[in-house]
Amino acid sequence: MRLLIVILLFGLTTACVTSSQSLYAELGGEDKVDEVVENFITEIEFDPMMYDYFKDSDIGRFREKFTEHFCMLTGGPCEYTGDTMEQVHTGMEISEANFNHAVDLLISAMNKANIPHRLQNRVLATMAPLRGSIIYI
Amino acid sequence: MQRYKRLPIYCLLPMVLVSAPVFSADGKLIGTAGLTQIEGAGGGGLVPWATLSGYDSEDQISASSAVTVVDVDDYRLNAFGMSASFYDRAEISLSHQRFDLKSLGGTIRQNIVGMKYRLYGDVVYSELPQISIGLQHKQLSDTAVAEALGADDDQGTDIYLAATKVHLGAIGGYNAVWNLTARATKANEMGLLGFGGTQNSDYELQLEASAGILFSRNLAVGVEYRQKPDNLGLGEDDWVDAFVSYIPSKSVSITAATANLGAIAGAPGQSGFYLSLNAQLW
Ligand code: HEM
Repeated sequence: MRLLIVILLFGLTTACVTSSQSLYAELGGEDKVDEVVENFITEIEFDPMMYDYFKDSDIGRFREKFTEHFCMLTGGPCEYTGDTMEQVHTGMEISEANFNHAVDLLISAMNKANIPHRLQNRVLATMAPLRGSIIYI
Repeated sequence: MQRYKRLPIYCLLPMVLVSAPVFSADGKLIGTAGLTQIEGAGGGGLVPWATLSGYDSEDQISASSAVTVVDVDDYRLNAFGMSASFYDRAEISLSHQRFDLKSLGGTIRQNIVGMKYRLYGDVVYSELPQISIGLQHKQLSDTAVAEALGADDDQGTDIYLAATKVHLGAIGGYNAVWNLTARATKANEMGLLGFGGTQNSDYELQLEASAGILFSRNLAVGVEYRQKPDNLGLGEDDWVDAFVSYIPSKSVSITAATANLGAIAGAPGQSGFYLSLNAQLW
């Protein structure tokens, strides 16, 4: 029990030493984000469920817009020039399970880019609030 | 009569671990389905949570089972539970508990039927916590001990309201989870010692809480607390546990905990371990 408390306190303490850098910079900036996006696209290409959604898409545009969007969400120096989440995903009939599966692929893409667990969680935290404007619309 | 002062107990622990990410092939984030608590509901170890027992999302159904052992100084509890959850909305559960009185000899068995309905939210994605309402109907098969101790009844129904929330990356980048449950109950030691008693025959509101941190996608650590009434006047104590859960995949998890269950049926200072194996069948 005491050990538990120590561990919990340790967790809280590390929370306080998080630097004031942007998450984008902590991830490793442009090169790292490009690597994650590239990995993510590869994951989508090899995943039957996701590929189905993307089979008629312009992957060049997706790469560019998703990268900008990722950069913006993580506090990087970018302007997002794509469409809103509602505009993009309306009519695709994306389910909760599809969404969770996409997150799973993104985690896999981050794992392959050696993004630490704690930074991965913070990236996901920036995306979680978007779920309502992506699924069942 | 005097010997019956000590009785049962057990229970303890863990909770679900909500981990973060890993939403895998279907359904929800790994860990958000998590464990089956000691009375069969989706939850932590001792406490029912607002989360449902399976990884089903809005289009899916899932079924889970769990085997749990709680071993303390004078008692041992074995619990076997099965549950099904539907469309991330409702859960039904069946649990069989077998409580062995190690020092006194004897066994008390109890069956529990549970239902839970999610009223609001998503444990990970909504801004406010996920909220569910549930009930647990308990029926003792072996009533002699409860009767000897002065319990009013050999069956009873608990009603609870639970709120659970996962915060992604909240504590130094680790995912954190908390749960608060308010339960109206007459049960003595979870029902193993009957319902109501000489000191009180009415429903009482009890608070239960859990908090945990996910140190990786597969490892959660946390604590739980469960308040209990003292209807029999035996100094029934609140329960506390600290747990570690290992969740190698969405289909299996194993949880170990140390549990401090206080006085049970008059036998003071009951502490020991809790071990639970959960499997999602589909
Ligand atoms: C947090 C989750 C998600 C985020 C942040 C996100 C973000 C984006 C962005 C920024 C674009 C490019 C927009 C543009 O071209 O203007 C896009 C396009 C797209 N997204 Fe998502 N998305 C998410 C989840 C999903 C899911 C779950 C699916 C399907 C299962 C999906 C399917 C698509 C498709 C098919 C396109 C290409 C649309 C086209 O061809 O024009 N997205 N998404």
